[in-house]
Amino acid sequence: MPFVRKLAGLVGFLLLWEAAGRLGLVDARVLPPPSEVLVRFGLLFTDRGFVAGAVSTVLSWAIALLCATVLGVGVGLLLGSVPALRLITMPVIEFLRPLPSVALIPLAIALLGTQAQTKIVLGVFAATWPILLNTSYALGEVDPRLLETVRCFRVSRWRRLVGVTLPSIGPFVLTGVRISASIALIAIVGTEFLAGGSIGLGQYAFVQGTSGGRMDVVLAATVFAGLFGCLVNAGFLAVQRRWVSWGSVASSSGEVAA
Amino acid sequence: MSMLEVAGLGHAYGGVDAVSDVSFVVEPGELVCIVGPSGCGKSTLLRCIAGLLPPTRGTVSLHGDRVVGVPSDLAVVFQDYSRSLLPWRTVAGNVEFPLRDRGLSTVERRSRVEEALSWVGLSEAAGKHPFELSGGMQQRVSIARALAYRPALMLMDEPFASVDAQTRADLEDLVLTVRASAGMTVLLVTHDIDESVYLADRVLVLSQSPATVVETLKVDLSSPRDQITTRGTDTFVRLRTEIARQIRR
Repeated sequence: MPFVRKLAGLVGFLLLWEAAGRLGLVDARVLPPPSEVLVRFGLLFTDRGFVAGAVSTVLSWAIALLCATVLGVGVGLLLGSVPALRLITMPVIEFLRPLPSVALIPLAIALLGTQAQTKIVLGVFAATWPILLNTSYALGEVDPRLLETVRCFRVSRWRRLVGVTLPSIGPFVLTGVRISASIALIAIVGTEFLAGGSIGLGQYAFVQGTSGGRMDVVLAATVFAGLFGCLVNAGFLAVQRRWVSWGSVASSSGEVAA
Repeated sequence: MSMLEVAGLGHAYGGVDAVSDVSFVVEPGELVCIVGPSGCGKSTLLRCIAGLLPPTRGTVSLHGDRVVGVPSDLAVVFQDYSRSLLPWRTVAGNVEFPLRDRGLSTVERRSRVEEALSWVGLSEAAGKHPFELSGGMQQRVSIARALAYRPALMLMDEPFASVDAQTRADLEDLVLTVRASAGMTVLLVTHDIDESVYLADRVLVLSQSPATVVETLKVDLSSPRDQITTRGTDTFVRLRTEIARQIRR
């Protein structure tokens, strides 16, 4: 029954929103009621501009998340296993990590232009940190007794890494990737918003909102972005439950960068 | 030649002796128990023998070869089974994991896993994951893993200290049976005097920290041993009293 209860909350929220518009509490041109937004949402997929934008955003997101994962896990493993290196780089990381990637958009556009590479680079920048930190902290959490046991059996260094260390940190890394997935989406859509002449959900919404005043289209595109984010998160949670169920304790305490 | 020879072994943590001067030998096929009060340096001694900790003084030799680093012919069963099994591998996967680096074929590995699991009575649980098993069963998996490895010497560090009394008795008997069927040499560390007498061919009694061997007792109890009758014999009672006196001293 919790599913029905969750759904009830959503339906209630939509009803309130609808009522606010119908009763004239808010200007329907600024905040169109959900009934209109949902109809518009259905029609979005016949709009070539939207489809091109959505494809561009999703592709850029996927590329950015993949790069961030490779980079974050690689550097995280390096920093986690070489304490001296970690000590030297931590101040730099602690300075760069809290920088809101959105604030870097003008700099990135000036450096890289308004093409897809800009939003991908910013997406990677924003999404790398949770993965990197989760990976390097998780390395310190690998049970020393487990490592000692396999060392007693003279398991090779390579198999200790692949067969023991990596699966041990798996749940933490996966949690990092899940957090990063939404962070990358925010950075990418935000960049599209500010980068004039680019293709993407953000630019689509920007143009529809400022030159056409089509708030129903803007909100429909927002609903699309929101749904996409929800589905990705649910997908990662399902993967986590399916493949690393033994690490459920580790993963819930693994959100060090959350 | 002795299976294990420990000569003048000592280990100090930051200048404080944990083990001061320990010498003993273990002959092939023997089951030797080391018993001593809590915190006397038993685990330090065992870690030195396993090559996990370099001794400050003295030497350890495994069938004549001086031990430097972890020797290839040795397996360790630790007390905390839940932390020494790979949670993402099945029971069979855990037993098989160390065998891959021993240059065995797939068929050989599989037959060793099956054999070891049948020795510890876990053939049925081969496909399960450790978290699906009770503590006693998890410790059986650790023992099976050590057996499948076929070490010349099996070290056990307080292997039954974290299970309930009934399971403990079952596991003690299990060690006695598999040791007979696998022809294993075992060195077992415990703080439990009764357990040491029940299991051992010979008991080494350690002093308070820093540890030294204060007494070596031959256990002349007949085999097979039985949890009820053996523990009631005069010899058993005499030996446990003797050890308790040595430890209190």
